[in-house]
Amino acid sequence: MSSARERRLAGEGAAAGKGDLAPERDGPRDTSLDDSSLDRWLARTWQTAPGIIGALSSVDHKIVARRYLITAFAFLCLGGLSAVAMRIQLSGPERGLIGPDRYNQLFTMHGVTMMFLFAVPIVQATGIYLVPLMVGTRNIAFPRLNAFSFWIYLSGGLFAWVSFALDMAPDVGWFSYVPLSGPEFGPGKRSDVWAQMITYTEVSSLAVAVATIVTVLKQRAPGMSLDKIPLYVWAMLVTSFVIVFAMPAVMITSTFLILDRLVGTHIFNPAEGGDVLLFQHLFWFFGHPEVYIIFLPATGMVSSIITAFARRPVFGYLGMVLALIAVGFLSFGLWVHHMFATGLPKLGASFFTASSMLIAIPNGLQIFCWLATLWDGRPIIRTPLLFVFGFFFTFVAGGLTGVMLASVPLDLQVHDTYFVVAHFHYVLIGGSVFPLLGATYFWFPKITGRMMSERLGRWHFWLAFLGFNAAFFPMHIVGLWGMPRRVYTYPVELGWGNINLFITAGAVILFLSFVLFTINLVYSASRGAPAGDNPWNAGTLEWATSSPPPSYNFARIPVVTHAEPLWAERDTLPVATGLRVDARELVISTVAEAHPDVREKSATPSIWPLFAALAVGATFLYSIFSPWAVVWGAGPIAITLIGWFWPKGDPEDEE
Amino acid sequence: MKQRPVADLSKLPTFGIGPRSPTWWGTLAFMALEGTGFALAAGTYLYLAYLSPKWPLGVPPPNHWPGTIVTLLLLASVVPNHILNRYAEACAMVPVRIGLIVMSLLGIAPLVVRWFEFPALNIYWDTNAYGSMLWVLLGLHTTHLITDVGDTMVLTVLMFTRHGYSGRRFGDVGDNVFYWDFVVATWIPIYLLIYWMPRLD
Repeated sequence: MSSARERRLAGEGAAAGKGDLAPERDGPRDTSLDDSSLDRWLARTWQTAPGIIGALSSVDHKIVARRYLITAFAFLCLGGLSAVAMRIQLSGPERGLIGPDRYNQLFTMHGVTMMFLFAVPIVQATGIYLVPLMVGTRNIAFPRLNAFSFWIYLSGGLFAWVSFALDMAPDVGWFSYVPLSGPEFGPGKRSDVWAQMITYTEVSSLAVAVATIVTVLKQRAPGMSLDKIPLYVWAMLVTSFVIVFAMPAVMITSTFLILDRLVGTHIFNPAEGGDVLLFQHLFWFFGHPEVYIIFLPATGMVSSIITAFARRPVFGYLGMVLALIAVGFLSFGLWVHHMFATGLPKLGASFFTASSMLIAIPNGLQIFCWLATLWDGRPIIRTPLLFVFGFFFTFVAGGLTGVMLASVPLDLQVHDTYFVVAHFHYVLIGGSVFPLLGATYFWFPKITGRMMSERLGRWHFWLAFLGFNAAFFPMHIVGLWGMPRRVYTYPVELGWGNINLFITAGAVILFLSFVLFTINLVYSASRGAPAGDNPWNAGTLEWATSSPPPSYNFARIPVVTHAEPLWAERDTLPVATGLRVDARELVISTVAEAHPDVREKSATPSIWPLFAALAVGATFLYSIFSPWAVVWGAGPIAITLIGWFWPKGDPEDEE
Repeated sequence: MKQRPVADLSKLPTFGIGPRSPTWWGTLAFMALEGTGFALAAGTYLYLAYLSPKWPLGVPPPNHWPGTIVTLLLLASVVPNHILNRYAEACAMVPVRIGLIVMSLLGIAPLVVRWFEFPALNIYWDTNAYGSMLWVLLGLHTTHLITDVGDTMVLTVLMFTRHGYSGRRFGDVGDNVFYWDFVVATWIPIYLLIYWMPRLD
């Protein structure tokens, strides 16, 4: 132990000044560096290495987020194409384009893809890109976990769609109710594919949620106290908490399902003391918060866009934050309204009716605050704001049918009809996709350094808005007429042919609007007008750095004095100095006040998260066929995790 | 944008322990989500027990002794766990190494006894829903136990290498202590559910 004593004597004991610590190896600081040498140092420290291994090892939140965004967009296309295929089949009575078995797989894959592979990943990906920039830090917390989450997500999505190509995709609806999905009525591997694909994607989603929470709580720029956090970041924080408490429910559900199917447990088997409705309770305990996991980030995007284009801080900041938190809590008290048709006790149903109506209050409060912001501001109508207007109209319409559906008698009448399909597409597309599209036009310049075409953008908006309403508004009517969802065709005599043809025409227009959007994305990424740092003159920190941001985000960490820091300090940005430039150093601050507290090192690139994801993915895949997968997979997973966490001697590991 | 230095952070420490460290918050978040999983599994057990006219579905209650021994071992391990925490905070290498060895052994011991818990349940997972839930609850906790014991052992080896003399490593020891508390705390309600709830009648 003499070496320990020597170290103790030799070292100053680093910052704590005590104990058996190796002497602190200091490096060059940014304090006295001029701008160009500072950039050289930081770029060398933070850049992702060139080459294939470098790319696969990247832990840069912006690179990981870009991969997420592109992958989620690809899944959006697959989900959209499956919808178009279904609409063509339904465009007239008794069409023979798609048979019932394929149709079942199509609507299941459409739902699963849109919910688990598109909506949740894309809102989280947007957060992965923007949250570290908006809070003024250099990387997301736990960057390797973040990289790992992407590989898990990618393999889960590929797994689902490869199954579809092999004609073994899940075919029991996106919520995969038992007993239809259980061992007795769900032969083959289709429901197992559903179960394990859910478990994977939720692992990835939970990992991102944890990284986001810690980034927001501990890595905010000095001075960004709780009342100066941008509303978008608040929304992502609340969303991440909702994920932490909701996603385990669906993982439990899918795990119970695969246990019943694979090893013969009886959790959902009423013949042996299990219960079928239990599945629905567990699923919707996740499933309703899921809606808000998709919606809350969208409200954050709307707040950012409205603030920038109304050119004033958002009206009622405190009320907005409280509304976000209230929605987060209330979202856990609504799940039974998905189960009104299951014959639950009346008192219980009344409680959930009341809570379903209650959640309209904080949501309404947000809408009125946005309107007040626009009213008092000097709004400039550009494409992002157009999509926000589309959001208002569509989401409010979807909210109204939501209040209707919260009432048990009406719900019983329209249960499992196209009325419900219309309702949730208004809420999800109106509440989340329109803000996302607006957000794309708004933040595209930051990500690529180029503006999107405004002319194509306006065409895109009007086509999407009209196409969407043409496709989904008539579904209310055909639903009230009694057309059930999830049927692959209908007889001529029912007279639903014309209206369905109209719906399909609307769907085609909506689809074309996305083709236009894709053209705009591709064209603008290479030919768009250069954007500059802050094309919209917006006030939050992501606009303080170049477009696209350098690998280290900020040459010096900003010091925040106002909720819209760039509006408060229009000429020069107050910054902090004193960080090392030869190691990945960033500032850890206190939770409430964001006082700078620690100069922490951020993890360096590593290939091990990819290996760990491969080991986890292979285990899940094998587990569809044999429970022994868990035993055989444990070794490789343990080895890859040790490789991931074992220090390699970088300053980031050792100090 | 032009920059104007207003704060100097060069004197800040390079690591913090407990709530000052992001890893502590990450650990807390993982506890929250895993705790939710435990709560939902326990809720499922109670839900099925409540629906069933007779619980535990016509089989004798489990033999509680292996479970009780595990409980006592886990509770006893909390004391050295917190002594270890104190040494980790002081960054004292020798006692931390000893503490980690002790905690590895105190992790392996309940795992050995856990092996005898499964047969003591007196029922298989595929007999009925009651049996399924007992195996699920016990399996869920065993997974956590194995994971944390594995983690403790890797950390023990790490603290015997040159990489150990770092504030971050001592912080890792503290977070490991924190997580072990969680593993112990989650066991108590599961122990009561598995072994004592079937005896309530």
